[in-house]
Amino acid sequence: MNQQSQYSEAAVKVENLEKTFGAFTAVNRISFEVKKGEIFGFLGPNGAGKSTTIRMLCGLLTPTSGAGTVGGFNIMKDQELIKQHIGYMSQKFSLYDDLTVEENIEFYSGIYRLSKKEKEERMEEVIKQAGIEDFRKNLTRALSGGWKQRLALGCAILHKPNIIFLDEPTSGVDPITRANFWSIIKEMAGRGVTVFVTTHYMDEAENCDRMTLIYKGTIIAMGTPEEMKTDIMKDDILEVRVPGADEWIDKLESLPGVKDAALFSTTIHTVVENAKIGSASIEAAFKMAGVKDYSVNKIRPSLEDVFVSSIEKYDKEHPAK
Amino acid sequence: MNLKRVRAIANKEYIQIIRDPRSLALGLLIPVILIVLFGYALSLDIKDVPLAIWDQDNTKASVDFILNFKNSEYFRIIGYYDNYRNLERLLNYGRTMMVLVLPKDFSRYLYSNQSVPVQLILDGSDSNTATIALGYAQSVVQQYNDKLFRKSSQTNLVNSQPISLDQRVWFNQDFESKNFIVPGLIAIIMMIIAALLTSLTVAREWERGTMEQLISTPVRSSELIIGKFLPYFAIGMIDLVISVILGRFVFFVPLRGSLIQLFIMSALFLTGALSLGIFISTVAKSQLMASQMAILTSFLPTFLLSGFTYEIFNMPQAVQAVTYLIPARYFIKILRGIYLKDIGMFELWPEATCLMVFSVLMSRLAIHKFKKKIL
Repeated sequence: MNQQSQYSEAAVKVENLEKTFGAFTAVNRISFEVKKGEIFGFLGPNGAGKSTTIRMLCGLLTPTSGAGTVGGFNIMKDQELIKQHIGYMSQKFSLYDDLTVEENIEFYSGIYRLSKKEKEERMEEVIKQAGIEDFRKNLTRALSGGWKQRLALGCAILHKPNIIFLDEPTSGVDPITRANFWSIIKEMAGRGVTVFVTTHYMDEAENCDRMTLIYKGTIIAMGTPEEMKTDIMKDDILEVRVPGADEWIDKLESLPGVKDAALFSTTIHTVVENAKIGSASIEAAFKMAGVKDYSVNKIRPSLEDVFVSSIEKYDKEHPAK
Repeated sequence: MNLKRVRAIANKEYIQIIRDPRSLALGLLIPVILIVLFGYALSLDIKDVPLAIWDQDNTKASVDFILNFKNSEYFRIIGYYDNYRNLERLLNYGRTMMVLVLPKDFSRYLYSNQSVPVQLILDGSDSNTATIALGYAQSVVQQYNDKLFRKSSQTNLVNSQPISLDQRVWFNQDFESKNFIVPGLIAIIMMIIAALLTSLTVAREWERGTMEQLISTPVRSSELIIGKFLPYFAIGMIDLVISVILGRFVFFVPLRGSLIQLFIMSALFLTGALSLGIFISTVAKSQLMASQMAILTSFLPTFLLSGFTYEIFNMPQAVQAVTYLIPARYFIKILRGIYLKDIGMFELWPEATCLMVFSVLMSRLAIHKFKKKIL
């Protein structure tokens, strides 16, 4: 399908990609590369520039400056060619509420010019994959959030694209549906499809082969999950259990050797340059305050730790004007 | 251009119209409501103009004169009064439209062969109606004069051949305004369908987010616009059929010209009007904005400046110049030509050409303006 494949090994490649809206810079000269067949996570908090980037890659927005290719096609010039080779699922539910499940699939089959036979095959596959066999004649409006998302994914990949872009596919759905969604994504990647996925759920990043963390329009970290935890995170993480944890955050943060402290449900994760020195000073603080039932353990940083500390590091280096 | 895609979009649009009772009702009830409303209510014929009378003379001659008004179906005498204060109040409160004052010397003037000054006071606030009412009053007086003249010539044998005014009316012999209004209504109905229904189709997809998915596919602007156009075109043509049938069998408006030409010209106008609606929808991107723009830019000018409600030759020069930009102006002229005079696109080829230019230009613009881009 993709005649450009022999020339470029990257499914997506961008250099100094920039998008400004008036005085506001949504995406600030970012560069990255997505290899063929990998699940590439594009992570960041809300408003970081994830959707703007994905829209530029899909040919829905023209970049202000920079260069890049998707499936070998130029994102500045060949936007309509790109659209023939990709699948895109937007952040907001984008199927027709007032059409039934089958009618929506039929509509997109027509848009992608599937033959009658292909259409019938894909219809069954998509309905089965989304697990909505019982609702095929129901209006899409009546489906729950998770089913809607799975149907939307099915419609976006009816034409079996080589590269798919998913913009926050799991936002607002329950954990079981999220897990199910990720198994569909992994299965597609297993068949050689490149998956570019954005999310603000940091725990989902573990499912990605590689990822970047984007914050305020700038890429602040990039790598495999392993690289993120070892190379990027030079500091150690200490998990502190103490009664009334939330009251301790400010106190712990002000201790010497402690760079940062953040609440993770009932525990505090503190970022320290050195685990031994750090835990000694935290324990000393608890003893002085007369706290007895506490524990301080060095843990392997989760991706969430990496992201939180990367973002805080960025904020310290770039104070708001 | 790919027919499969056009069909997919047209089919989707059709399902959405069918499932939305409001837009379906709007599309099919508008012609019925408008034709019934205009056919019955908005009649430009005036009957029963309220008339107040002060007969200062009160002789056989003056009563005889008043009888002419009384017997006319155009006037309804609301009462006789004997001072200006009361008459003025009646006019002020709008209880009468016309006041007739006969002087004290009415019969004396008349018999001494002098002309009689009869005072007619008219409420001119509704100038159209006032003008028509004044015309009726003048014709009543004229008839009375004729009668007097005939009488005097018979007795004095001066003139054996009294002047007879032979009146003839062409095209609308009965002066039935509905024969004039119903053809024009077809243009109004088509404009409303285009303005109110089509203007929402593109804007709604932007608002609901479905457009973002659609423009990420290889679908072309032309396929999308034409696919959206087709179901509304069908509704517009069904409305035309409804209008023609209602006009013919409920209001007995005769169709003198060619039905085929009526359909061809209507299809041409509809194409332009729908494209205008889609164009507005594309520019607006929100349903509220789109419907307001549609009403302001297409529906209102069509209603006011096309010659449907007000005669173009009565408008100030500057406004007359603007009417050349209103496509319905040409369409209404063609409609009235076909309906009333049995002439059509061959006699009215300049108008037909203007319509052609309008629809070609508008459809090109709608397709061109639609961008598969966000922002």
